[in-house]
Order: sequence, then structure tokens, then C-alpha cells
Amino acid sequence: MSERPTDPVLVHETDEGPQGLLPRTATESRELLREEGAVLRVPGGPVLDAGDLDIEITDDETMIINMGPQHPSTHGVLRVMMELDGETILRSKPVIGYLHTGMEKTGEELTYVQGCTNVTRMDYVAPFATELAFSLATEALLEVQVPPRATWIRMLMAELNRIGSHLLWMATNGMDVGSTSMMIYGFREREMILDFFQKVTGLRMNYNYIRPGGVAADLPDGWRQDVEEILHVIPGRLDEYDDLLTGQPIFRERTQGVGVITADEAMALGATGPILRSTGMAWDLRRDMPYMFYGDLEFDVVVGSFGDAFDRYAIRLNEIRESLRLVRQISDAMPAGDYRVQDKKVTPPPRRRIDESMEALIHHFKIFTEGFKVPEGEVYVAVEGPRGEVGCLMVSDGSPKPYRMHIRDASFCNLQTLPVMVRGGLVADAVAIISSIDPIMGGVDR
Amino acid sequence: MSVAEPFYVTEEEAQGFGVPVSFSHGQTVLHPSRAAYHDLVERLAGDGFNGAVDLSGVDYLAHPGRPLPDGVGPERFEVVVQLISYRRRQRVRIRVQVPESDAVLPTLFDVYPGTEAYEREVYDMFGIVFTGHPDLTRILMPEDWEGHPLRKDYSVGRVPVQFKHPPSTR
Repeated sequence: MSERPTDPVLVHETDEGPQGLLPRTATESRELLREEGAVLRVPGGPVLDAGDLDIEITDDETMIINMGPQHPSTHGVLRVMMELDGETILRSKPVIGYLHTGMEKTGEELTYVQGCTNVTRMDYVAPFATELAFSLATEALLEVQVPPRATWIRMLMAELNRIGSHLLWMATNGMDVGSTSMMIYGFREREMILDFFQKVTGLRMNYNYIRPGGVAADLPDGWRQDVEEILHVIPGRLDEYDDLLTGQPIFRERTQGVGVITADEAMALGATGPILRSTGMAWDLRRDMPYMFYGDLEFDVVVGSFGDAFDRYAIRLNEIRESLRLVRQISDAMPAGDYRVQDKKVTPPPRRRIDESMEALIHHFKIFTEGFKVPEGEVYVAVEGPRGEVGCLMVSDGSPKPYRMHIRDASFCNLQTLPVMVRGGLVADAVAIISSIDPIMGGVDR
Repeated sequence: MSVAEPFYVTEEEAQGFGVPVSFSHGQTVLHPSRAAYHDLVERLAGDGFNGAVDLSGVDYLAHPGRPLPDGVGPERFEVVVQLISYRRRQRVRIRVQVPESDAVLPTLFDVYPGTEAYEREVYDMFGIVFTGHPDLTRILMPEDWEGHPLRKDYSVGRVPVQFKHPPSTR
């Protein structure tokens, strides 16, 4: 790990004696999380008069700067306010909301059938995870059992989506720490996954494929060859990433020992996914609270030991390998059968029945205009997305529209670890740390 | 009634907390009063529930008659907290009633620092004030925004739809 000037840093003479930023280890983690420094606010009120400014700027003054919301390294419209002493970050605070479009409010105006078109736009890099949480929550309220093939298709898509999401992260992370070739490679491999998604769902993003009651369409002919192709090509490419980044001194220098977080801190801040696992906590909902058929499959939960940016890189790289293992098993186990539940209440009649039956036409029309009624109740369902726990709190009042639909997006919570991770680091490290959190602002702001 | 979900605290464990308990689709829900809310969360935190994964609000203005266990009077707002125990692999949900006239609740920031952003979101969207929160400001909406969008009496708004093409210039 690289040596960081942490020992005698930043001692200022004040009228109350010398005050300084002690090394991280000097503060108890619970204390560290609770400190007011995590809450950095710029005072409101009238704009400063230039005449009031003290032009004599002394060395020992800290400076508050904004990074973003248009900074190219913040993964979308994230703004980070930082209090700097020279190059060292004292306090920071992520400021979000620039992409807020009120999707939870919109979700209350859409029926359960239409709802997936809404939630799929939240975390636009891993939309299947959000669609899945939404659909599982709706099905829990309806108390319908999805046919096995639909569940296996959902798992296949979710795992491929995890691979695609991590590949995109590999690409943007490479870009952030200065490896432009990694960016091109990551996007190249993700293209394979997107091509498959396009074949299955017809779209490259915002799929609206996993719906309450099953999936929108069966897998197309020849899907197995495409999956085989992905399983054949990607592992070799991952080894190339290993060659390109894992052992490379510049990359290790930029990431090792940078953005360290402990398991206590991560848990208290509600972080999940690769951030929590990088601290050594082996926590993966797919293994620890299995849903769908993950309990029957064999895979490892990848954990780190230092909780730094490099661990998070290594975890994501190896999670792609684990997901490939899972895709292999899912592809082998894929049963024949229905791809959506044969429940007339939830599933519209097939297209060909509409041409021959008036009742089918009316039924089809009713489901798509009015929607289906969902019994009164409330439920919370969580799945493991690429960035951590993706949950859906669904409250129904018995009408065809959700009374309240709240999506717990992993990025929103994970972003809170940023002030802890960047504290005492350098500005250049902040870029690598923001990248290692992997926030998707569509999911953060919703 | 569906079967109990395996990863929620059991009925016997839930009864031990001394607050009304209900089961929603097999998921255990605790219904503390506002006064007991913070103590209950602290007790659960000491009992191994070391993570608060989610905190959100619900405005029941348009749906006042939802089922609640005995001893819990319905109020307009509800704050819903999802707690998790990583060690015991258990979840529990807490629903606390918050009246419209006095929409105030103690913060959980001192127990779970990770609820800071969620409480700000609930404040922003529902106008529920969390006392003791270090920085209770709007998080998603602009700072000068008026109103709390996820309240049921806050309209969605409409963009006028143009059904006809503008008249041709020819």
C-alpha cells in the first residue's frame, strides 16, 4: 500500500491551541461516522459582496470547491462539495438530485403492467435488478407463483446484466484512473451482452422485459448459441484485463490503499454489494437469503480484505467470473414450459386469440388499459443487484395502481460512504474513489 | 394467509419486543408508537440488527382504512424502516404512525448513520421532520421548492397534449 502523509498532517494554530486532523486510526469508527464533518453545508443567504472579501489569503485557510455536477469523472450528474487543504480533502459531501424526475410519484400513476417501464429507467445500467424487485413485490402481493421457466429466464437475464454492468464499470473505472484502452475493451465486451439483450427483449436498454407474472416473451430461437458465445469469449477477455490492469504498477498505485472503509463503517452506513464485500464481509443476498433458485446453484461470494478501491476492482472482476459460472448452470438447467403465469387475471391472452375471440380482445384491452387489481397489503422484496441490495416496498390499496412504490436503490445508500472514504485523501484519489463506489445517478435520484 | 418468510424474525421473537406485531405476506412488522420508536430501534440494534437497509415514508391520506394490529391508531403518515441482521440473516420491518398535525419523529442517525440520506429524502418528499438530524434539508428537490411531492394531496401535474397539428401555412 502506498504511504499517505497521514501522520503529522494539517495541524493548524488556532486561538484554542493547535488543532489538526488526526490519522483515521485515531478516531473510533462509530465516532467517525457520527461526526458533524460528514455534513458539509455552504451557508445560504445573500451573495457575497466582493468588497467584503479578505483578499489576503493565507496558507492555512481551507478551501471549499465543487466537483461536478458536470465533471467528467463523476459518472453522471453527481456534485461533490469538498473542503480542501491544498490537495488534501478534509470533508466532503455528495450533493444529489440533479437527475430527479419523481419516478416514485410517477409509479403511483401507472398500473402494475406499466410500472416496469418506469422502474427500468431508474438504474439504467442494471435495469433487470429493479424490474425483478418490482415484479417480485407485485407477485408477492398477488400471491401468484411464476412458472419455473420464467424464473430461470429471469435469473439468466439478471446474471448477464450483472456481467454487463460490471463490464461497464471496468470500462469507466479504467477511464477514471487513466487507462483509456480499458474503456474501449470494457465497452466492446458489454456490446456482446447488449446484443443478446436486444435479441431477447428488442431493446438495448430500458428493457421492460421482466414483468409481474413472468417475462414479456420467451427466449428466441438460438439463444443457447449466443449464451455459449458469451461464455466462450468473455473468460479470455477477463484474463486480458488481468494482464492489463491487475498487475500494472500505475493502476495498483492509483487504487491500493485508496478509499479504505472498514466493515463496521460500511454496515453502519448501510452500504451493500461490492463495497460491503470489499471489507471482508461475505454478504450476498443470493447466498445468504436465497430467492428464486439461487439456493440450488453453486457459486462463490467474492470478498476483499482491505476495503480499498483495488479490492472493489478485484471483486467486480471476479464476480463476472462467478456470474459466468452461474450463467453456465442456468443455461444447462433451463426447463421447458411457460414463460409467464397462466393466470387470466394477470396475463393477457396471446395475440392470436385476439383475432378469433371477442372476449379475448376485451380481456386484452382491459388488462392494458385498466390493469389488474392487486389485493390490499404491503410487502418489501429485496434482490442482489450488481451494486448491492435492490429492494422494492410496495403498498397496495386494492386498486390497479400501486398506492406507494418505493425502490431502495443500492447506489443511493452506497454514495453515503463517499465522505468516509475520501477523508484525508487527495483530490486525484477522489476520482478513483467515486468510480469505485460505482454510483448510477439514475438510481440515486430516481 | 401466506407462509412465513424464512428470513424474517419469528412470531415468538417479535412478541418479545413488547410492541404490536403484524404479518404481511409472511414478513414480520413491528408497530411501535412514536414514543417507543427510537428505543425499540436502539434495542434492536443492540440485539444484532446491525444494518438499516431502507427508510421510507407512506402517505395514507387516500387510504385511511388499512389493516393495523390492535392498539395502533391509523395516522396520515407512516415511516417504514427495514432492519437487517447480517449475523442471524434476519430482517424485520418497523412501521411507525406519524400524525399530520405533528409530523415529527426522532432521527435514527445516532443509531444508524446510514439513515441520514433516507431521512432527508422522507423529509423532502413527505415533510416529516426528524428531530436531531444533523442536516435536515432537501436532498432530491431544489432547495427553494415548495411542497412535498410524494404527499397524496400534491398533484402530479400535467403537460398539455397537443392533439392537432398546427394549422398549415399553405
